[in-house]
Amino acid sequence: MTEIQAGPGAAVAAAPVSGDVPAIELDHVVKEYVSHGEVVRAVKGVSLAIAEGEFFSLLGPSGCGKTTSMRMIAGFEDPTQGVVRLHGEDVTSVPPNKRDINMVFQSYALFPHMNVWDNVAFGLKRKKVPDAEIKRRVGEILEVVDLVGREKRRPKEMSGGQQQRVALARALVNRPRALLLDEPLGALDLKLRQAMQIELKRIQREVGITFVYVTHDQSEALTMSDRIAVMNDGLVEQLAEPREIYERPASKFVAGFIGTSNLLSGTVQQITGDTAVLALGASDRILVPADGALAAGASVDLTVRPEKIKIAKDQPEGDLSVVRGTVSEVVYLGTYNSYVVRLGDGAEITVFEQNANDSTITAERGDAVWLSWQPWHSYALR
Amino acid sequence: MKGGLLRGRGLQIYTWLVIAWLVLPIAVMILFGFNDTHGRYNTAWQGFTFKWYGKLFEIGDLTQALVNSLLIAVLTMLIAGVLGSLIGLALGRYRFRGSGAMNLVMFAAISCAEIVMGASLLSLFVTLAVPLGFWTILISHVMFSISFVAVTVRARVMTLDSSLEEAARDLGAGPWTTFRLVTLPMIFPGVLAGSMLAFALSIDDFVITNFNSGGTMTFPLWIWGATRVGLPPQVNVMGTLIFAAGVLIAVANALLARRRANA
Ligand SMILES: Nc1ncnc2c1ncn2[C@@H]1O[C@H](COP(=O)(O)OP(=O)(O)OP(=O)(O)O)[C@@H](O)[C@H]1O
Ligand SMILES: [Mg+2]
Repeated sequence: MTEIQAGPGAAVAAAPVSGDVPAIELDHVVKEYVSHGEVVRAVKGVSLAIAEGEFFSLLGPSGCGKTTSMRMIAGFEDPTQGVVRLHGEDVTSVPPNKRDINMVFQSYALFPHMNVWDNVAFGLKRKKVPDAEIKRRVGEILEVVDLVGREKRRPKEMSGGQQQRVALARALVNRPRALLLDEPLGALDLKLRQAMQIELKRIQREVGITFVYVTHDQSEALTMSDRIAVMNDGLVEQLAEPREIYERPASKFVAGFIGTSNLLSGTVQQITGDTAVLALGASDRILVPADGALAAGASVDLTVRPEKIKIAKDQPEGDLSVVRGTVSEVVYLGTYNSYVVRLGDGAEITVFEQNANDSTITAERGDAVWLSWQPWHSYALR
Repeated sequence: MKGGLLRGRGLQIYTWLVIAWLVLPIAVMILFGFNDTHGRYNTAWQGFTFKWYGKLFEIGDLTQALVNSLLIAVLTMLIAGVLGSLIGLALGRYRFRGSGAMNLVMFAAISCAEIVMGASLLSLFVTLAVPLGFWTILISHVMFSISFVAVTVRARVMTLDSSLEEAARDLGAGPWTTFRLVTLPMIFPGVLAGSMLAFALSIDDFVITNFNSGGTMTFPLWIWGATRVGLPPQVNVMGTLIFAAGVLIAVANALLARRRANA
């Protein structure tokens, strides 16, 4: 069913462009900290390969090891085990100032005693780039991030969004082969955040370099990334394209972490053709695409996305998954309505209904309703 | 503080009393530098004159003592400034074997009674047969002021965002360049404050200096010796000038800080 079996410990996925040397590679990397005499395993064995020019996101809840993984790529932490490769070259013991990648820090880490120009020119000056070229390149990059005319300002005289762009320019001006961004938009408000997401994506297309993006915001990761590694507790749970991660989550954790999803479970009653039938009650049934792995009597965990489910007062017809329940909550959310429906066995299912026609709400609180969805929208979890 | 004990007029009067209390001795010192005194004792007002400013360096011993004091204070400022800053940097940044003990020693040195420190330094020098004089004064001044510098710098270092240094490393700066271009400018206000504190502590130290001076005279020692026979007005003038220099530095510092805050 899924090509990428990214179970704990075995999260290996090739770069999408096969044959090319990956820009960044983590090879069975483990990081342990010792704090107060206790060993903390922040990263428990991560392997991943990021292709040249890719927008790659590390996504996961707080404390799952995203920052630690990124800091090992940048060279600020030495892996306890494993190898870090940049463009095929083992850099595990190369210091950060000798790695051809740059990082944008969550706190921006702009030098407060230097103005915007000196901040941005810092990296080029270290590389002894001729003055005339520094002048040209800093000018160019300030144009890209739309900060022309603000060269003489100190960081604290600028807004959060402007500081963020200075930080970005300071890294990009060096033309690194990869850019690492640790929750670069975390400190911005929602509006500015969305504007900067678009901006970042534009800049990435423009300069065409590899971006590694750390975030715990799943919608940010879904909208911006070419591929996403979903991390949990020091391991990669799934590494795939956004659509794949959303539609075919590899584990309960991924299904729960990405978007809203309904987790159901049942026992396979029979297999008809390429469909497994899970019985829940008298007229309730859930259809799941059956691959070889499913057999009668097997218990199955599955997810259904709320927007795939149809809600109706009457019993739907056809080869659908069908369950009955009682509406326990209705929320009007502008572009859609959200229903929470309680099933006979106590499980709750969330349903989103588009407000396409100016129809009134299908069901009220307390109404008995039928929920139905196509067999292929049931996604069995392993 | 509505209904508080000190409010309105009461608070105003109290404030002025405190200021007067602090300023009066200095005012008297400055005033008697302009006293047209003729006898040995510069205690009664005998008319206004500038002549002591003209005869400032006429007492050879006193001038020598002042030169010694200034020289020792400047050297103390530089040596304790550099060494203390390095200690402060290490203590503020790293946890290393012995850093706890180091912190303890720093605070012990700060809180130790001067008389105890002076006496123990003297017995140390005598035991090691180090001849007392200019160098023993310098060593002891560096010794007692170094902890003040370290503590001041450490406080500054602890507020420093370590990602700034990482950013510099990330942008291609080696460890030394990072220190020169990022760390030092960031902690410099602490280094400056600590060094100035070392200067101030050194120039007016009496107790420890008195133990370890041998035959060398410093400004405070000379004044102490002279009080028995009467202080010449030159002492007032020198005191006035030192005070004025201090005020100037403080004002310049405040202006600079404001400029930096507005910049
Ligand atoms: N220097 C350190 N010493 C000890 N433990 C650490 C250290 N740095 C990180 N950890 C631990 O390692 C784990 C992973 O931390 P990490 O900073 O990588 O998380 P993260 O995924 O970036 O989380 P967040 O989204 O909150 O930034 C956490 O449990 C954290 O407490
Ligand atoms: Mg983090």
